Parts: sequence; C-alpha cells; structure tokens
Amino acid sequence: MTPAPAPAADVVIIGAGVVGTAIARELSRYDLSVIVVDAATDVGTGTTKANTAILHTGFDAVPGSLESRLLRRGSALLRDYAARAGIPVERTGALLIAWTAGQRRALPEIEDKARQNGYTAIRPVPAAELYRREPRLGPGALAALEIPDESVICPWTTPLAYATEAVRAGVGLRLGCLVTGVRSRAGGHDVATTGGTIRCRWLVNAAGLGGDGIDAMLGGGGGFTIRPRRGELIVFDKLARPLLGSVLLPVPTAQTKGVLIAPTVYGNVLLGPTAEDVEDRSDTGTTAAGLAALLEAGRRILPGLAGEEVTATYAGLRAATEHRDYQIRVDSRLRYACVAGIRSTGLSASLGIAEYVVDQLGGAGLPLAERGGAAAGPPAMPYIGEAGTRPYQDARRIAADPDYGRVVCHCERVTRGEIRDALVSTVPPADAGGLRRRTRAMNGRCQGFYCAAAVSAMMAAARGRVGGTAGGAGQDRRDGQPGRAEQTGREGRAAPGGQAPARASPELGRRA
Amino acid sequence: MNVDVLITGAGPAGLAAGIELRRLGVSRVLIADRETEAGGVPRHSAHTGYGLRDLHRLMTGPGYARHYAQAAVRAGAEVRTGTTVTVWPGGPGQPLPPGAPGPAELPGPPGRPGGPGPPGPTGPLYASLTGADGIETVTAAAVLLATGCRERPRAARLIPGGRPPGVMTTGELQQRVYLHGQRLPGRALVVGAEHVSFSAMVTLAHAGARVVALVTDQPRHQSYPAFALAAAARWRAPVWASAAVQRIAGHDRLEGVELADLRTGTVSFVRCDTLVFTGDWIPDHELARLAGAQIDPGTRGPAVDTSLETSLPGVFAAGNLVHAAETADVAAVSGRHAAQQIAAALSGGGPPRAARIPVTVAAPLSWISPNAIRAGGPPPARGHFLLRSHAFRRLARLEVRQDGRVLSSARARLVPGRPLHLDAGWMARADPAGGAVRVAVR
Repeated sequence: MTPAPAPAADVVIIGAGVVGTAIARELSRYDLSVIVVDAATDVGTGTTKANTAILHTGFDAVPGSLESRLLRRGSALLRDYAARAGIPVERTGALLIAWTAGQRRALPEIEDKARQNGYTAIRPVPAAELYRREPRLGPGALAALEIPDESVICPWTTPLAYATEAVRAGVGLRLGCLVTGVRSRAGGHDVATTGGTIRCRWLVNAAGLGGDGIDAMLGGGGGFTIRPRRGELIVFDKLARPLLGSVLLPVPTAQTKGVLIAPTVYGNVLLGPTAEDVEDRSDTGTTAAGLAALLEAGRRILPGLAGEEVTATYAGLRAATEHRDYQIRVDSRLRYACVAGIRSTGLSASLGIAEYVVDQLGGAGLPLAERGGAAAGPPAMPYIGEAGTRPYQDARRIAADPDYGRVVCHCERVTRGEIRDALVSTVPPADAGGLRRRTRAMNGRCQGFYCAAAVSAMMAAARGRVGGTAGGAGQDRRDGQPGRAEQTGREGRAAPGGQAPARASPELGRRA
Repeated sequence: MNVDVLITGAGPAGLAAGIELRRLGVSRVLIADRETEAGGVPRHSAHTGYGLRDLHRLMTGPGYARHYAQAAVRAGAEVRTGTTVTVWPGGPGQPLPPGAPGPAELPGPPGRPGGPGPPGPTGPLYASLTGADGIETVTAAAVLLATGCRERPRAARLIPGGRPPGVMTTGELQQRVYLHGQRLPGRALVVGAEHVSFSAMVTLAHAGARVVALVTDQPRHQSYPAFALAAAARWRAPVWASAAVQRIAGHDRLEGVELADLRTGTVSFVRCDTLVFTGDWIPDHELARLAGAQIDPGTRGPAVDTSLETSLPGVFAAGNLVHAAETADVAAVSGRHAAQQIAAALSGGGPPRAARIPVTVAAPLSWISPNAIRAGGPPPARGHFLLRSHAFRRLARLEVRQDGRVLSSARARLVPGRPLHLDAGWMARADPAGGAVRVAVR
C-alpha cells in the first residue's frame, strides 16, 4: 500500500499531558514545526488531571537525583509562570506531622534531606504550635516540620496554559490520535497514528503511562517498565475548608508518601492518595476498600471530616517505574528523547523537565534558533481559583458583559460567560469533563443536580455552531480557531494540506 | 436596597412565604432565586399530584410552579430570578469585597452539625446579590432561607468504580428530559424505590429509556402500593429489594453496575446506559452554615423551633431546607407558617423569647422537624411535627419524653422515606425549664 503523503514536522511530541505540553511550549519559542499527538481528546487527561494538585518544593526528593534538580527548578519556574498566566496557586505551606515516636525520630532526617535538596526554609514545629495553627487536628500529633513554600495549584489550568501558549505560537495539537507504530528511518521517524501518519525529524516520548510502549516501538533500549500505581482520592465539600490551613503531610515510608489532607485551590479539601500497584493502565476506578481506608485515615488526622459531605471521589494512575528517578534520555543518533517515569511529580517539575529536555535536544543536534519577533508570553487563562476574583464577583466585568453575572453552576458559581468563553477557547473542551476542568462547572457538591442539563444544552448548542466539530477526535487545533481547523477524519487519512509541512524550517528541510 | 424580608429561594416554600407576608401587610418583600425561572423543583416534575394540601386541587408540577410564581408577583412581592446570594452574611458598613468571604475567612467555628453556632447577627441583616444587572447589597429586617434540598449524588454516597457519563440524580434527569427535551434511549436503572424513584422511572420512560428495575437496599419499596403496581404493569419495571449498587463500570461510557444481593451476598452485573440515583436528600444548607446557624444533626438543615426561626435571631428557614424532602405542598405550607411568624416578629410587641429546648430522636428515627420548642411558641405548621424513619415498623409507638417524663405516646407505622406525623399536643406539657425532649420508638 502506498502511504498517503504524510504531513511533516521537525518534532513530534507523543503525549499531551503536563510534561508533553510543557515541552511543546518550550519548543514553540524556536523556529521549529512541532506537533503534539495524544490518544485522548483533551490535554492533561492522564496522570496530569488526577493527582493531589500540590506544587511541591521538592524538599523530600532523593538528594542528587535528576528529579530533585528538575523539581526544584520546575517548581520555581511554575510559581512564576502561574502568576503570569493566571493559574490558581495558593501558598498554604505544609506541615509534615509525626504521630508516633518512630515518626518523630524520622523528622531530623527529613529536615536534613530537605537541606541537601537545597530547601532551607524547612523548620521543626513543636506540638503546641502545631495545634495552635491547626486547632482541628486530631489528638496524638507529637511534632511536625513546616515547609512554608509547599503550595496547592490547579492541575487542569496548568497543561491548558502550556497548550494554549504553544498552539498560539503555531504548535499543532492532534488529539484523539492514538500512536499505533513508529518507523524510524534515516533522518527521522514516521509516526503512525489512528489519525494518519506524521513524518518527523525528532521524536519526544512524553506518553506517561504509555511511555514504555512507545519506547518499545523505537527499539526499547530504555530499560524501564511503567508500573502504574493507582491513587484514590476523596474531595470534601467546601464547607470543610475551614477545618485546615495548610497541607497536612504524613511521615513518608519507604513504600509511599502516605495519605495527606490538602486544601484545593477551588476551596475544597482533598484526602488521599492510596497507593496500589495495578496492572491495567486504564483502571482509574475507585474501590470500596480504598475509599474506606482513606476515610478512616482522614478522620484520624482531622476528625471534623466525619461530619462533612463528600463532593467527589476519583483515582489517578502515577507513571512509576522500577527506578527511583525520572527516566529521561536523549539519543542523538535516533533523534529521540524519552521522557518517562515522571512518577508523581510531573506537575511541579514540568517546566524544569521541559527546559532540561529541550536543552538536551539542542545538545543532540536539534537546531534551536529563536523565532523572530516578540514572544507572546503566557496566555491569560480564565481564573478558576478561590483566592482571586472570579467573574461573578467582579462588578465591572458584569457591567461590561452581563453573562458574567449569570451564574449557571451554582455550587461552583460558574457563569454563562465563562462557559461560553471556554467553548470557543484556543484549546476547547471535547466533552463535559473537559468543560469541568476549564470552568469548574458541574464539579460542585450537587454534581450536576442543578446545572448539568443546562450546561450540556450550552455544549450542544456550541457544537452546532462550529459544525459539530468542537472538540471532535482527530482534530488539528491551530491558531485558536477550532471552527476553522481542518479535520483529519476518523478513518485514518492523513491531515489534508496540513500547515505543518509549510512550517517545517528550511534548513532542516535541506539537511534531510 | 432595603427590604423588610429577604427570601432566598423561589420554590414553593419561598413563594408561598412571600405571598403570605404581603397578605399580612409586610410591604417590602424580595424573593431571590438563582435559577432563571421561579417555581423551584416542580418546574421540572412533569407529572400530576401537586397542590393538594395548599391549593386544594390537583395540578402538574410545572402548572403548580407557574401558579405560585404568578401569585407572588400579583401579591406584590418582588421576585428576582437569575440572582445568587454571593456575600452572606454581610455586615454594616462592609464595602463590597472583591471576593465573597470563603468559609475559611469567616469568623467563628464552622457550623459543625449539632455544634453550637457563634452568636448571630443582630439588627439588620446584609446580603449581596449577584445577577446579570450587577452586584447589589440588600439589607433586611428578617431573612427567610428557603433554599430547598437535593439528592445526594453518587460520589457523596461513596459508590466506587469508574466515572462515566450517564450517571445522574433525578433532578438532573428531569431537567434534561423536561426542560431540554433530551432523549435517553437504552437501558436505565433507578437506584431507590420511594416516591421520587417512581417519578424518575416515569421520566425515563418519557425519554425513551427502558427501565430495567428500581433497586433498593430496603426489604421492599417505600412508595404507595398503587405506584409499584402501576409501575410493574405499565412499564414492566420490577422493584429489586435488598440489593445495592456496589460498583459502577465504564470509562468513557456507562457499561453497567455490580449489584449485590444483600440477603445472599451474591454479586451480579446489570448492564445499563443510564443510572439514576434517587432520594437520599440533603438540604442545601450552604447559606445557613455560612451564617453560622446551628445545624440539626438529623435533618442536616438549620435547627429551627416551631416558629421556624434558626439559632440566629431574625433568620428563619422553611420548606425542604428544614425537612428534606417533603412534597411541594408541605413545603409551601411550611413557608406560609414561617411568614406568619416573621410578620409577628416584625410587628414586635411580643414577650421576650424563651430559651430553646431541643427536640431529638432515637434510632430508627432519623430526624424530626422542627427540632426545638420554646415556651409560648406556636404549634408547628399543620399542628404536627414531621419525622422520618430509616426502618420499617408496622406496629410502632412514638413516645415523647422529657427528663424521663412521658409527654405523649401514639401509634405509628414507620416506612423509610415516607412522612411520619407527630401531633404537637404534647408541647403544652413540656417543662419550659426542662431538658431536651426525646422522641423514641417503643
């Protein structure tokens, strides 16, 4: 069979999670054509979306590891980026609490480790001060460590901001395209996807839970296997939020970091995660045993949780491997970067990982010529946190556009204006879940009792307006014009006349 | 804006209260509702059975909702829809903050269920209302919370499994079908077998679904026998008793549920495309809790005495916020009762209020409403207290005691999810200086 003429790119990134989109954003600064592909119909739907939503300082990483280094760098970069892009972040600080004599004995070692990781603001907190700061803590806490810079962050806005910035800078986003094979040839790769084949010169594997599978398609020299670790979490009602001030961390064991309780940037309280090795890489279901164990642990730490309603439960899979560190390597001969085993710290480290990977790619021969003209910089993302001003609270904004005064989702106070904006955004939602992650609509305590019908009517109407393609599978989103984007079609044909070949940089073209 | 009474919620309770307040000569009555249409839940309950106890005729839900919405406007109450209470409670001289106070910033302990609340606001009450016209601060001499109730969704019931679409509550189902004309072809399973569950079954049938069964963890259904018979005959939907949904299967779409037989312990897989969780009501108590009102551990709504006043002076609560859930007409009668008490309080001149005496229940009773009395207080609406049981008892006796003394004892038949009435005659025998009153089943 003669393959259809394939669109080409300088770099294809497999995986539109927080790591893949961060790398795409980093690469978009350079004069390169870049395409991100993902089997899912939205960005950040794997490990990225279902975690503890904490912006870690990296105080407890393994000193000297790549993770420690990139976590430290990445979290500093992300703090700054979040402030500029409007990603909700709250610096709540964390208290790592010892409940047994053995745990108390472990505290100095943890403190020492933090200093080795370059984090010096950590300090011991005696029990009396701990209870003053967290008066609703259950009885029996012996001592704690304070990590004042641990923060909570919106895990949904973060990859969306990266993707939005990248797409606006010309990066192609092919969602709903499962990579089925990679054929490496002289000077590059042919990436076969369910949405057509893409020729590229360089390939970045940021496939998260599918990282080892992609690596195997390239010969499998990576020497790692993804061992998904499931974490179940419980989100409590906003009325539970006054029960705590900081993130409450347990003393980690060799096996797991343990169950924590954290505020969320949406004003809820999060309890979790469990840690369970699973075989099935799509098994994000919660279990009766997991939820029961969490509730029991949570009520010991914060007894007041027992009287509060549960708003949501969910489970995420962390892309752990048999190794304790990230599995990042760049092969200049293969023109391939493997960015795998990012475990549970990808959100915090994402910008550090992207900077590191792009630097390594440059060292391996990817020409990194800065694009001419002023960079657009971080996009202004819709603010969906509780710490700042939301549209319904902003009299000036409502005066300018009454739709920001029309609350549709009552539990989360999401307005008609915000939902309307999200539906036509640069990276629009493909389904109700996507809209939830962009606006918080339907995420509240009623879980759709009041608003889900109205919100889905708005989604259906928006679909109708853009010819039934809003968020459709296999769609190449460019320039923030979903309605204008060409469709690759679901039957596996290549994208017709994609903009990617036209954008391929001339000097690379000559060298090929 | 200054009003005499601010009513939050334009459902049956709020609208009936507004109408009654105007009838009693209270001049400025503002009813705010966050939905775009007044009427509350009956707006999307497209079946008959409304209006019996309050209007003495039989109407459909939407007709009933329209009747009350129009009557409130005719009575001279201002009904503002698409309007959300965003800052509450506010305070005098408090400029409109850029953000509503998050619960974390509120003074005092969070209103833990059953816990004592901080002292409530005295003098005028302040609230900010947000709508398409902007943000406005309202001061009111009294506030009536009539925010209603909703069904606990799947997450709050801690049902494990996947999170596919197609899983919803009756409230969402009815809006999808009756307000937005959505079709739901395929197999549907209803969790619950009380009145609302049969209502969900009818809605599903209207939407083109085939209802596989109604599932209840109780030994039998809790609705009227006629409902269950009609359901079986007309829609061929059986009630599967003593069964519980153990896990939801599906990722991108709902595949079905694992259903456990509670008698034998066997688990079977039931394929379905739609799963509706019915009943298991929780009051929408956010405004009550944000204000620091004491919450009743049974109803989980604000604790109210027989005048329907909360623990905060000037803040009243009515309808399904204080008894989740009764039928719409009972909510309307409750709203009317609250209005009479508010009007009396506004006209002043009464004796100083006596201390509240809590009224509590023992298992298998799950709640009583109202849940406090005061010496000299009025009898509750319709002259009786409302109760709920979580177990069946055919020949039960409801015994009311205070400090060991029996105040009353009456026959009762307990059915979970169904209203149970307790005549209020015992109130006169209660010791105003005595301890809590306890209602138990003998």
